[in-house]
Amino acid sequence: MTISFNHLPTATPEAGAALGEAEATGSPMIQVEQLDKVFEGGFQALKNVSLEIQRGEIFALLGPNGAGKTTLISVICGLVRASSGTVRVDGHDNVADYRQARAMIGLVPQELTNEAFTTVWDTVSFSRGLFGKPRNPVHIENVLRALTLWEKRNNRLLELSGGMKRRVLIAKALAHEPKVLFLDEPTAGVDVELRREMWEVVRQLRDQGVTIILTTHYIEEAEEMADRIGVILRGELVLVEEKAALMRQLGRKELTLHLDHALEQVPAALAGHDLALSEDGHALVYTYDVTRQEEGTGIAGLLADLEATGIRVKDLHTRQSSLEEIFVSLVRERA
Amino acid sequence: MNLQSVKTIYLAEMSRSLRTVLQSIVSPVVSTSLYFVVFGAAIGSRISEVDGVSYGAFIVPGLIMLMLLTQSVSTASFGIFFPRFSGSIYEILSAPISYLEIVLGFVGAAATKSLILGLIVLGTARLFVPFTIQYPLVMLLFLVLTALTFSLLGFIIGIWADGFEKLQLVPLLVVTPLTFLGGTFYSIDMLPPFWQTVTLLNPMVYLVSGFRWSFYGSGDVSIWASAFMIVAFLGVSLAVVNWIFKTGYRLKP
Repeated sequence: MTISFNHLPTATPEAGAALGEAEATGSPMIQVEQLDKVFEGGFQALKNVSLEIQRGEIFALLGPNGAGKTTLISVICGLVRASSGTVRVDGHDNVADYRQARAMIGLVPQELTNEAFTTVWDTVSFSRGLFGKPRNPVHIENVLRALTLWEKRNNRLLELSGGMKRRVLIAKALAHEPKVLFLDEPTAGVDVELRREMWEVVRQLRDQGVTIILTTHYIEEAEEMADRIGVILRGELVLVEEKAALMRQLGRKELTLHLDHALEQVPAALAGHDLALSEDGHALVYTYDVTRQEEGTGIAGLLADLEATGIRVKDLHTRQSSLEEIFVSLVRERA
Repeated sequence: MNLQSVKTIYLAEMSRSLRTVLQSIVSPVVSTSLYFVVFGAAIGSRISEVDGVSYGAFIVPGLIMLMLLTQSVSTASFGIFFPRFSGSIYEILSAPISYLEIVLGFVGAAATKSLILGLIVLGTARLFVPFTIQYPLVMLLFLVLTALTFSLLGFIIGIWADGFEKLQLVPLLVVTPLTFLGGTFYSIDMLPPFWQTVTLLNPMVYLVSGFRWSFYGSGDVSIWASAFMIVAFLGVSLAVVNWIFKTGYRLKP
């Protein structure tokens, strides 16, 4: 399926020029400073969270259930009140200048929350008006066409499939032409095909200058989409990293060489290689970086040195740690 | 003031009433008309005059008030409760609109609907019972103020309720009984002295009496007491709504 957002107002040359000016200022689109949220009853959902999200980037927020992802989004969007700390959207404080701040934000919630008896057209038009924008049937039509909802525009929401309802939520969030789009678990419970379609939609929006923040459980989704990744655990933002930097970590692989005879220690002749001996002495584990293409992985040299020392290898295998493993180990480390 | 947003909420609420025209408009008109038929034309023809007017004419203001109060409360409470129930309230709370604008949209629509219903029932009553309105402007003022005040009360109930049962609790167990006992079908002069005094504790007496005064120039209590009561009701409702938004009660944790 091809989804084109080229006709949306955010893609106009004027919008692009405005974005260019804003980019020139170098100020982040969203600034969160020392945010705390303690709910009634004493549960602390956010602990001193500080975060900057740049214009036009896709930022993925990862974390297990109950980590604070939705609370963070809710505070930024004005749905939950912060206990302390500040949030600025394009320089506007989201409490003192809530009108300006909120006008820039589109939110797609995690739950399928729709008024069942209204039509697709009415509910999307309602969203636009609610944000104070004058009627613009052309824009609504473009959004509905882009999300392949046009044929369903006169259907009541209760008649739609789950995937369609999720698209309606995206259409509602885009109805007022936001500059920032929050997607809270956008592909939860969505089949693989629709998930890929949504990724395509998100990419096209980013290409038009919309800043996108998504929360997800799917590491694959973050890997596929994000420019930067943040990990939140028990209310603390424990990691914010460029995806490319994380991929470099991902690039580290392990080669395990199963030996004919056990060794007591790594032979001195092999000391130049990053080797570790297994506990039983029957395997040598070599760690290397696959991204260092120009320098080589060092495997050929290692194998040559092994042969020279007379160590016989009966089997070997390699494994690569995934982003998921990094995430899981982070969770465990801090448990 | 973000008028576009207010208009959007207002029109969405009004169109919800139109979508459910049978339940929202036809049903209350029919049930109130039945009261006129039974109490006004059938039983009323055997009852002598009350406060100088025929019994059928006497109950017209009370019945309109009964319908106005219950409809204002139920329409406004459902209007804000349903988005809370379905979860779509997130959109309203994250929109660039003030609390006042949210209230204007929801309460304005509920009050408008009740007002229209009140006028329809008034016209319908005229088909069954002959009556005149001595002070039409006062009557309209009472109609507007009551619709507004009880729509605010409905809004409060819609935020307070955490289930459909509670949503119905106040209209069915508080508003309707108090209105019935507030002089809708009788003048409080007809009660024994003790119960006359007790009845004066019922705030609905003042609303029904004031509204009846605008029709026939006489009521159970003075028109000024009625006017004070409706303004006091309005003030308390506004104060509670203001508190709800200040504290985020059941809306913003």
